Amino acid sequence: MSDMNQQMTARYKNNFLKEIEEQAEMGDWVKMCMQCGVCSGSCPTNFHSAWDHPPQELFMMIRAGKRDEVLESGSMWNCVSCYNCYVRCPRKVPITHIMHGLAEYAYRLGKAPKQQPTQFLSKTFWDNATKTGRVNEVKLTQTLYFKNGLMDGIKQAMAMQSVALGLVKAKRLNPMEAVGGGHKCKDIKGIHAMLAKARELEAQRKGRAA
Amino acid sequence: MTSVVATNQTILVVGGGISGMTAALEAAETGKQVVLVEKNPYLGGRTVQLYRYFPKMCHPTCGLEINLRRLKANPRIQVLTMAEVTGISGAKGDYSVSVKLAPRFVNENCTACGECNKAATTEIDDAFNYNLGKVKAAYLPNDMAYPQRYVIDPSVVGTAEGQAIKAACKYSAVDLDMKEEVVTLNAGAIVWATGWQPYDAAKITPYRYGEFKNVITNVEFERLADPHGPTGGKILRPSDGKEARNVAFIQCAGSRDENHLRHCSRFCCMASLKQTRYVDEAFGADGKSTIYYIDIRAIDRFEDFYQQVQANPNVSFVKSKVARITEDKNGDPRLWGVNTEGYIRYAEPHDLVVLAVGMEPSVKNVAIPIEVLGDSSGFVMADPANGGIFGAGCATNALDVNRAVQSATAAALGAVQVVSKVARGEA
Ligand SMILES: Cc1cc2nc3c(=O)[nH]c(=O)nc-3n(C[C@H](O)[C@H](O)[C@H](O)COP(=O)(O)OP(=O)(O)OC[C@H]3O[C@@H](n4cnc5c(N)ncnc54)[C@H](O)[C@@H]3O)c2cc1C
Ligand code: SF4
Ligand code: SF4
Ligand code: SF4
Ligand code: SF4
Repeated sequence: MSDMNQQMTARYKNNFLKEIEEQAEMGDWVKMCMQCGVCSGSCPTNFHSAWDHPPQELFMMIRAGKRDEVLESGSMWNCVSCYNCYVRCPRKVPITHIMHGLAEYAYRLGKAPKQQPTQFLSKTFWDNATKTGRVNEVKLTQTLYFKNGLMDGIKQAMAMQSVALGLVKAKRLNPMEAVGGGHKCKDIKGIHAMLAKARELEAQRKGRAA
Repeated sequence: MTSVVATNQTILVVGGGISGMTAALEAAETGKQVVLVEKNPYLGGRTVQLYRYFPKMCHPTCGLEINLRRLKANPRIQVLTMAEVTGISGAKGDYSVSVKLAPRFVNENCTACGECNKAATTEIDDAFNYNLGKVKAAYLPNDMAYPQRYVIDPSVVGTAEGQAIKAACKYSAVDLDMKEEVVTLNAGAIVWATGWQPYDAAKITPYRYGEFKNVITNVEFERLADPHGPTGGKILRPSDGKEARNVAFIQCAGSRDENHLRHCSRFCCMASLKQTRYVDEAFGADGKSTIYYIDIRAIDRFEDFYQQVQANPNVSFVKSKVARITEDKNGDPRLWGVNTEGYIRYAEPHDLVVLAVGMEPSVKNVAIPIEVLGDSSGFVMADPANGGIFGAGCATNALDVNRAVQSATAAALGAVQVVSKVARGEA
């Protein structure tokens, strides 16, 4: 068990709803759900094959204290942020944001499913963007394509070749970014300090060890 | 000129639906003078547009007839139809009210013989049937209309058709020179009973009302089932006139929704349960009703009614707020969503979809021409700050007829107390 997971389990005992309300972004809205089902019915992703649980079911599971099932689920990682559910919810529950809040919290606790592709993308994107303060698209695609090994990566890159060439022609992708660190923000130190401060404030607000 | 006798001991009742009529009768039967002002050309309000009443499934005209008999027997009530209150000033015990009267173009001589109707050729939307059909420009608003007097639509005034209509009347009842007038009257207390209107279903965009012909509202469904309605009581769907044997009801259409009406409209679960009986009555075992709901709110005594409908094998219940509607090539509306009992996705076609739209006040408190307190939906609240103004019926809340009548009796009592004080010189 990760340190943070241990810390939170001890703090909230069996009150998982309270834990989500205080620790997951927008989690305090979960209690407002009236289980109407419109979010599940509006979701374009096919949760029967890809999702274990549609949003409304996740909210009920949180209230029922199903901590492991919720945090270890791949469901919230499948949200594509289409906002269909968000605009239709009769209680104005910010469902999309809760999905991301739950995913992020599960990740912090070390409970998120390891081989989940969206999680891999998110992590890669975050590391890539925060390193220099700019997204390096060449490196980002490289990391994503080659995540399952060299052969698979080459295959994927070949398949996407014409798209990549088109992007280069339209000056949307600069192959030179692959050389060296690519272009950076002027004040990388400042950006890193800002991120560290944000993390500190978050830890303070949520009563976590920094 | 229309003359109205009124003093500061008179009670003004605004709105002549079941609530306004009840308040007027209750007050007049205690000996008070009452002026009843109604916007439509007839009394009865929205209830006369229903086919049957829950819980006893009686016809609304029956209840209306009893009230009309009481009204005709009571000389203390003056009725003004096609009338709207445009201004109120003064205070409890002494209000001055202006009332705008729209011209009917037909006077008291009318015997409702119907000759003018035969002479008319222009057709206008039939408001009584929620514009599902047409009527001629010289018309009786509905068979039971009180007063039993025809109305001539302003569109034919000043035309050759207007002259032909006038010539057809043997009783000198047609008067095309009538003009709009404004009368001012006194009142000691006012009962505000302007009722409700159906929530505008077109605002619930995923349901495509107004775009898909076979998506209609519960008020329209009442007219389809009624033998006096546009289809003669046959449940035919609007797109192709096919019998609608497989009907879906979508509950909370616009109610209990932060994007629309915040309140539960209270009557619409019962209205849909009742309307499954219309389908049953029309098609028996060949008819099928499906109710899509969040939870069924059949309050207190209505639980039996719910159980009876549940026991009907031709009615099924799906616990789900429908996410959206699409239309199949043959005109069938298809409902998409998830049944929350088991999280099962559905994409079900039906012949006809009835949206159980909720109630909002037809005149929100802020639109009343004097300050009256209201809740966040615009329903009139009971508050001493309202002085001599008392809300009644659906102007105060989403209510069924039984509760609307109770509320009207309470309002009448409040108004009677005010004018009694005026009479004793205490107010
Ligand atoms: C589909 C449906 C089915 C229903 N079925 C049932 C049922 O089976 N049983 C049941 O108990 N209830 C039923 N109801 C509820 C019932 O219709 C209401 O309880 C009832 O109409 C309330 O009467 P009211 O007089 O308060 O309002 P209304 O009937 O709305 O009457 C208000 C009157 O005021 C008039 N008015 C409005 N504005 C003005 C103005 N500015 N100046 C002057 N006059 C004005 C209107 O023209 C109208 O005549 C149903 C409702 C719906 C929508
Ligand atoms: S749409 Fe909103 S209220 Fe309905 S189940 Fe989803 S979160 Fe809950
Ligand atoms: S925002 Fe996410 S959860 Fe909501 S409907 Fe879209 S994909 Fe589904
Ligand atoms: S207006 Fe004249 S013609 Fe028309 S119904 Fe009345 S009496 Fe008959
Ligand atoms: S009465 Fe039923 S349909 Fe109407 S708003 Fe309430 S729960 Fe919804």
